Amino acid sequence: MSGTSTEHHDPAVAFESAKLGLWTFLATEVLLFGALFTAYTVFRMKYPELFRVEHAKLDRVLGAVNTVVLITSSFTVVLGVDAIKRGKTRLLEVCYGATILLAAVFLCVKYVEYAAKFHHGLYPRTNLFFSLYFVMTGLHGIHVLLGMGLLSYVIVLSRRGRLSASYYTPAEMSGLYWHFVDLVWIYLFPLLYLLG
Amino acid sequence: MAGIGHPVAEGNGRGYLAERGWRSWAFTLDHKRIGAMYLWSTIFFFLVGGVFALLLRLELLSPQTRYFSNHAYNVFFTLHGAMMIFLFIIPAIPSGLGNFFIPLHVGARDVAFPRLNLASYWVFVAGFLVIIGSLVAPMDTGWTFYTPYSAKSAAAVTTLSLGLFLIGMSSILTGLNFIVTIHKLRAPGMTWHRMPLFIWGMYATSIIQVIATPVVGVTFLLLAAERLLGVGFYDPAKGGDPVLFQHFFWFYSHPVVYVMILPAMGIISEVIPVFSRKPIFGYKAIAYSSLAIAFIGFLVWGHHMFTSGMSPLANAIFSFLTFFVAVPTAVKVFNWIATLYKGSITFESPMLYALTFIFLFAVGGLTGPFLGALATNVQLHDTYFVVAHFHYTMMGGTVMGFFAGLHYWFPKMTGKMLNEKIARLAWALVFIGFNVTFFTMFIVGTRGMPRRYAEYIPKFHTENVISTIGSAVLAVGILVMCWNFLQGLRKGAPAPADPWRALSLEWRAASPPETENFHEIPVVTEWPYSYGTPKS
Repeated sequence: MSGTSTEHHDPAVAFESAKLGLWTFLATEVLLFGALFTAYTVFRMKYPELFRVEHAKLDRVLGAVNTVVLITSSFTVVLGVDAIKRGKTRLLEVCYGATILLAAVFLCVKYVEYAAKFHHGLYPRTNLFFSLYFVMTGLHGIHVLLGMGLLSYVIVLSRRGRLSASYYTPAEMSGLYWHFVDLVWIYLFPLLYLLG
Repeated sequence: MAGIGHPVAEGNGRGYLAERGWRSWAFTLDHKRIGAMYLWSTIFFFLVGGVFALLLRLELLSPQTRYFSNHAYNVFFTLHGAMMIFLFIIPAIPSGLGNFFIPLHVGARDVAFPRLNLASYWVFVAGFLVIIGSLVAPMDTGWTFYTPYSAKSAAAVTTLSLGLFLIGMSSILTGLNFIVTIHKLRAPGMTWHRMPLFIWGMYATSIIQVIATPVVGVTFLLLAAERLLGVGFYDPAKGGDPVLFQHFFWFYSHPVVYVMILPAMGIISEVIPVFSRKPIFGYKAIAYSSLAIAFIGFLVWGHHMFTSGMSPLANAIFSFLTFFVAVPTAVKVFNWIATLYKGSITFESPMLYALTFIFLFAVGGLTGPFLGALATNVQLHDTYFVVAHFHYTMMGGTVMGFFAGLHYWFPKMTGKMLNEKIARLAWALVFIGFNVTFFTMFIVGTRGMPRRYAEYIPKFHTENVISTIGSAVLAVGILVMCWNFLQGLRKGAPAPADPWRALSLEWRAASPPETENFHEIPVVTEWPYSYGTPKS
């Protein structure tokens, strides 16, 4: 099985530990959303007609725009991690800054969508479809906010000179987390906006 | 094991406890101090939860309501259940003893993420404070919070849900920390098959904590959303389904009974060989049965819902899987008994509690199949038989394992020895009190007395009086035990590093251990169970 360590503060062990810890945390996150996906499946099978009618009320264009925005933000994260692995802290900061900007765009679009729904009298309590829509995208939105916080923290660390080509664990971990947040949306978009 | 031929570290009497002042505790990153804070907290909640249990037994002295209103009775059994489950029995062994002993057992200086460890303790405290806030309108829903009642009750369900979400988050962070610690921080030579069985139990436990807890977290969030936003997942009037709540709830709350029992089983696997002076029998069987229990335990949640209107096919499958989970459990019990066979058994207090575990857990385990079988389940569902079964497994099992661990590790944690005579007296009171309290519940349960009512028909009067007397004896036993702990802390004789002649790594550290645990990280050359051989 996996190797054993002699000393707690061995940097290689610390990196491996952080990575295992984050993947374990992502397993937790999968189950957190998993319950909601289960509820979605149950209610979709029970009320196919409701889902067919209600999903048409969502704005596919805005949803698609947001999908592109998030996928692009994952790309900038990858560029950032690649930059710090080569010791380019400035480039890391630019890339993560761009990611935060894209995340902000995503949330603004989400705000426009929510406002339009409320304007048309569509609330979480309206019916099961909109219950699911608001709860799932709302929980995802909270994750986007948390991700923005983590990415900002990485930028702060980098500006303080704490990151280098030999130590970039926070950058890699927050990047991994961001990919997960992105991935959840990749499932949410077709399930809520596209499937009729 | 590795200790053979090496001098065992001698304590200077203070070890990790040397530093004083509240800051040295509140901001500590030392897994031993964090574990100790968890132990103090959880034992406190255990005593408070116990007081609620005594109030319930007091009311049940008479068939009609006498001392409390029906509502007060509902509040008491809810608080008893919720406190015991969420604030005591889930965190007590993993977060308390686990925090203290996992790094010592694997030969590390601390857990993998000490800051996260401290954070998880304070998240736990925050969750507890939010729960205190919910007492302005105390819960009367039972600890299972079933909808639709919990969605409509005037009690502060939303506040409590958020509090429990925080408690769950703390549990997840602890489990995550342990998984990484066990994978990455084992001492040189500590291969998987040389790990103490407590570590195997804790590893399986941590996996359940990480995978199951988020589901109950989201269940509570949705319950809060139902009350705040009018979301209708659990509300039939909106097309939702109350049974969905039950599925979500038990998807966590069944596996979590293994979060409660697996660490206790780990403690038993440590204590039995030490006090039998024999190598543990069937090491690999015990180790892998922990993982098997964790795995199968995820597939049996439906057996809580046989009367909730699932399809007959689903009922049959869940029933079969429920019987199946008994197999790895029995594997452990048989291996412990085989370890005892022809051993040089001595009856120190940890061993008394360990043997009590085997005896009571066997009763609890063997009454399980009556509830797992569909036909008898319908008869016994929601009767005192279920209450008795649950308490035989959880109190007779987990709590006895916890007591075994507390007595076994008290010298290591505090550097002081306990008064053994008083410990045995407390054990005798606990053993008698427990059986008198709960065995009678099996009897009234099979005769049809339902749970969760303040009143009952007069023909059950005698048994209920006996049960209440038993609960008083049990309470006295626990108070004597706690008094003994406090006396031991104040003026116990200094403990040697290895008072039980045990071989796992924590006994190579000083009593109490130094902050860094070991002066030098030990090199492990064999498993920790070579008892009764010429070397030990």
